[in-house]
Amino acid sequence: MRANAAQYELIAPATLDDVLATLATGGYTPIAGGTEIMVALSAGRLPQKPLVSLQHLKELRFIETTAEAYVIGAGTTFSDIRHHAGLAADLPLLAGAASWTGSIANQNRGTLGGNLVNASPAADSPPALLAYEATLKLVSATGSRTMPYTAFHLGYKKTALLPGELVYSIAVPRIWTGYRSYTRKVGTRNAQAISKIALACLARIEENKIADIRIGAASLSAMPMRCAATESALLGQPVTSQTVEKARAALASEARPIDDIRSTAAYRAAVAGNLLEEFLQQLST
Amino acid sequence: MPETIQPAQLVGSNPIRKEGRAKVLGQARYVDDITMPEMWYGATVRSNIARGRILSISFPPEIPWHEFTIVSAKDIPGENTIVHLTKDHPCLAAEYINHPDEPILLLAHPDKRVLPAAVAAVKIEYEVYPAVFTIEESEAEDGPQVWNPNPADVAHHHHLKNTFKTYLLQNGDPDEAFAAADFIIEGEYHTGAQEQLYIENNGIIGEYLGDEGVKVQGSMQCPYYVVHALELVFDLPREKCRVIQTETGGAFGGKEDFPSVIASHAALLAMKCGHPVKICYDRGEDMVGTTKRHPSRTRHRTAVSKDGRILGGTIDFAIDGGAYATLSPVVLSRGTIHAAGPYHWPHLIVRAKAMATNIAPHGAFRGFGAPQSLFALERHMDKIAGVLGLTPEEFRRRNFLKTGDQTATGQHLLEPVDMQALLTRALKEADYHAKIARYAESNKTDPIKRGLGFASFFHGSGFTGSGERRLNSLVEIDLTPDGRPRVLMGSTEFGQGTNTVISQVAAQALNLPYEAIVIAQPDTGHVPDSGPTVASRTTMVVGKLVERASRSLCLTLTNSGYVPRGYTPEEFQAGAIAYLAEHGECKVSARYEPVGEIFWDDEKYKGDAYPAYAWAVYVAEVAVDTRTYQATVTDFHALQEVGKVLHPILAEGQIQGGVAQGIGYAIYEKCEYKNGRMMNNQMTNYIMPTSADLPPIHVHFEETPSVQGAFGAKGIGELPMDGPAPAILNAVLNATGIAFNTIPLLPEDIFERMTRTSDTGSEALEPAVDRDTRVEAEVVA
Repeated sequence: MRANAAQYELIAPATLDDVLATLATGGYTPIAGGTEIMVALSAGRLPQKPLVSLQHLKELRFIETTAEAYVIGAGTTFSDIRHHAGLAADLPLLAGAASWTGSIANQNRGTLGGNLVNASPAADSPPALLAYEATLKLVSATGSRTMPYTAFHLGYKKTALLPGELVYSIAVPRIWTGYRSYTRKVGTRNAQAISKIALACLARIEENKIADIRIGAASLSAMPMRCAATESALLGQPVTSQTVEKARAALASEARPIDDIRSTAAYRAAVAGNLLEEFLQQLST
Repeated sequence: MPETIQPAQLVGSNPIRKEGRAKVLGQARYVDDITMPEMWYGATVRSNIARGRILSISFPPEIPWHEFTIVSAKDIPGENTIVHLTKDHPCLAAEYINHPDEPILLLAHPDKRVLPAAVAAVKIEYEVYPAVFTIEESEAEDGPQVWNPNPADVAHHHHLKNTFKTYLLQNGDPDEAFAAADFIIEGEYHTGAQEQLYIENNGIIGEYLGDEGVKVQGSMQCPYYVVHALELVFDLPREKCRVIQTETGGAFGGKEDFPSVIASHAALLAMKCGHPVKICYDRGEDMVGTTKRHPSRTRHRTAVSKDGRILGGTIDFAIDGGAYATLSPVVLSRGTIHAAGPYHWPHLIVRAKAMATNIAPHGAFRGFGAPQSLFALERHMDKIAGVLGLTPEEFRRRNFLKTGDQTATGQHLLEPVDMQALLTRALKEADYHAKIARYAESNKTDPIKRGLGFASFFHGSGFTGSGERRLNSLVEIDLTPDGRPRVLMGSTEFGQGTNTVISQVAAQALNLPYEAIVIAQPDTGHVPDSGPTVASRTTMVVGKLVERASRSLCLTLTNSGYVPRGYTPEEFQAGAIAYLAEHGECKVSARYEPVGEIFWDDEKYKGDAYPAYAWAVYVAEVAVDTRTYQATVTDFHALQEVGKVLHPILAEGQIQGGVAQGIGYAIYEKCEYKNGRMMNNQMTNYIMPTSADLPPIHVHFEETPSVQGAFGAKGIGELPMDGPAPAILNAVLNATGIAFNTIPLLPEDIFERMTRTSDTGSEALEPAVDRDTRVEAEVVA
């Protein structure tokens, strides 16, 4: 531990309303599972700022099932998601992402809301939620609002969350009957790894053509991204080798990968194209 | 409860680990679990440049410095040196800096939480000098001179620039071989640094006891090395430097030399502040500040006949020792001797050198130079086979050493060696022939390319050459007040099973139950120097001493009549108690004696390099996914002849762990440096393989008892580190047709090679043509 934990203020108000009232005063940073903040603290990289805990708030930890959607509380852990039979059956992209996030210990602490708000471009759950077109409910002391998740990420570690606002829940529609799904994470190793590149894809084929397509990607730009140009190149097309080539070109045109300690931009771009091709080949069989 | 094992069958059985119960119950106390009254905590202020001179050190006023004890080089009562083989390595940098994160100052405070901010606040200004970070930069004629031998030792060093040590191993005249060769095949091979990644970081508690001298306890392999280091730093006689090993959570060589540094630091702080001082590194500090495996470069030039015989060759072996010599000369020595492998070389020259760079000193790590030179050799063997149009198997079969042959150092192999049979069995266990035929077919269409490769190798047990004689190890056994034999030795348990195996040996030799044997905590105040716990020597060499001392104890008690011949355990115990009542103490000892003639010439590098060798063939199966360019090891067979296997479960565990570490070395673990500083010093970005990345590891033993070791045992600790990397890269060659000659081999490297276009130098996927080595195969016939 390279920091003095005693020098940090940490409060844990009893209810969500109390937490929101605290956040409204400004200056507090929320901490949920702590799987990001505690790492920074231990490394001596966490700025001295007061923290408000969300971890104890049962109000944020739930999975509601309706006919139309799953509504997942922001404080729901990856383990909760991973072990939920309905999510595993209906939202395999999300259940898969939860299963390969960090270690079991991380999965027991880390929350879905925290994963989105932390906004790492390499995070595991965003590609799935982008593909599923999730809707976020955001709350603050003054009220609540909803927004499409695709509009949430604005830049590197930058989100649409306003000061004093928290993610309350993530709603994922249940409309995937007839869709083919594909997800693959290429990490530095097979477990306890941060992704070098990851794709989460959904597609519906009608009359041998792609009638709907959604592609979410991690580590392909400064933020989790929906690959809009690639989707346009594929929509309405039959899966032919020509289509595959066009899709690869479109993906290359919109990808903005970087060189970092985990991999190279060239590798990320090429492997993203290969994964896309693997997905499209599976569609054609 | 396990069944009681009859003493006569203890060796070769699997009693539970001696310290296993305490570890499982959480009762084992590691250094970070230990506190002492009035204990303070220590931390280290380190350089943030690779090379230069300290201009000034200042202490900004925001920290209440009066609460801290601050130690600098000026506070060292003896010599400012950490002695290993020479005295180039300062305990604390006084003026010149030679690597990033070099210790400059030590701080101690009663509250460890305030230390990080204080360490960060110390302001040091430097004059920055040019630095070198690779073997090539170090040997460059126009580059800076970054290392000079200690003036007192200058006679022992080669006068080449930046060179810690050189060896020349010469056997015959390779020029004759080149003149007669049908083919001359060259290759260049590189290996990277590797972190030991023991679970428990380095940690020591130091005490200064006035007239009684200094006392340290902590995590370490070699308590007597630490004694030696403290003698110089504190200018104290040996008996006033007491060193105690506490429960140690893994070491792999990483706690062979480095504990001398941290022990000196903790004891210096203790002396100045008047309290016991504990220093425990966190993972980040341990990874940037302590030793790693030496990176290497090996150049082979080999003369072969067209019928596949090695006629001779030259091997140029260079290792990167980092900023100070530490153990580099002996790492280089083992690498030099293993460079020739288990093959017959009619003519061979090995030219070896250890170079200085401005990186934290590289040090001991399981294998100790052999994994580096054997990687090069076993890749090169596959390359030669490809040029000759022979299979890797057939080429090796035509050149294996056999019983009665001479090794490259001229050692006659008197004990039985059968590499042919080992190779046959290993390939059969791995289903090698059927699988390579099957994969050759499936690779035509499958995006996942599969293949198999193997490595044939040996590993010398014990210290090199005259080393064991120089160590002159001593083991004692005494009796506890309740009449149990207690083994006294400086050899340490750090997860590998020393205490268990030594107890088996003692119990069987004394015809007593395993549970009756007590192992004394390694405390240099009470145990003799049985040599360092390194070099695959403990089971073989120290075990033999324990066997001899046990027999001596048996004779002492039976000849004196206290214990009847053919005693039961109860009779032994009663007799032992009676003996103690009469004599007060009962202590026997055994000192090292060479078994048979062992001749070694350190100057000419000729003779009996090791008392015994373990022999092995490892077969790796890989899958290379052409979509992700990731090579994965999908199956692994490790066959070795290691003499008598004393504890099959521990032995199998040693091999599996070593293979896992070797897989990491080959295709996962890369130390990323920037200006000499390791950048990925966290377990999240230093990529050690997890169980999800590892294949089934099948371990097979052949047992040919050796006269050298306890009950016929030879060493196994380091052996499994040698084979995986070349076997895996040979398998990648078999799977993809691409010869890779540098490890670690990461997906980005495979991507780069597989997608290289013709105008950037296309790879003809022909194993004999190997542009990656930067040297072409040269055909002279």
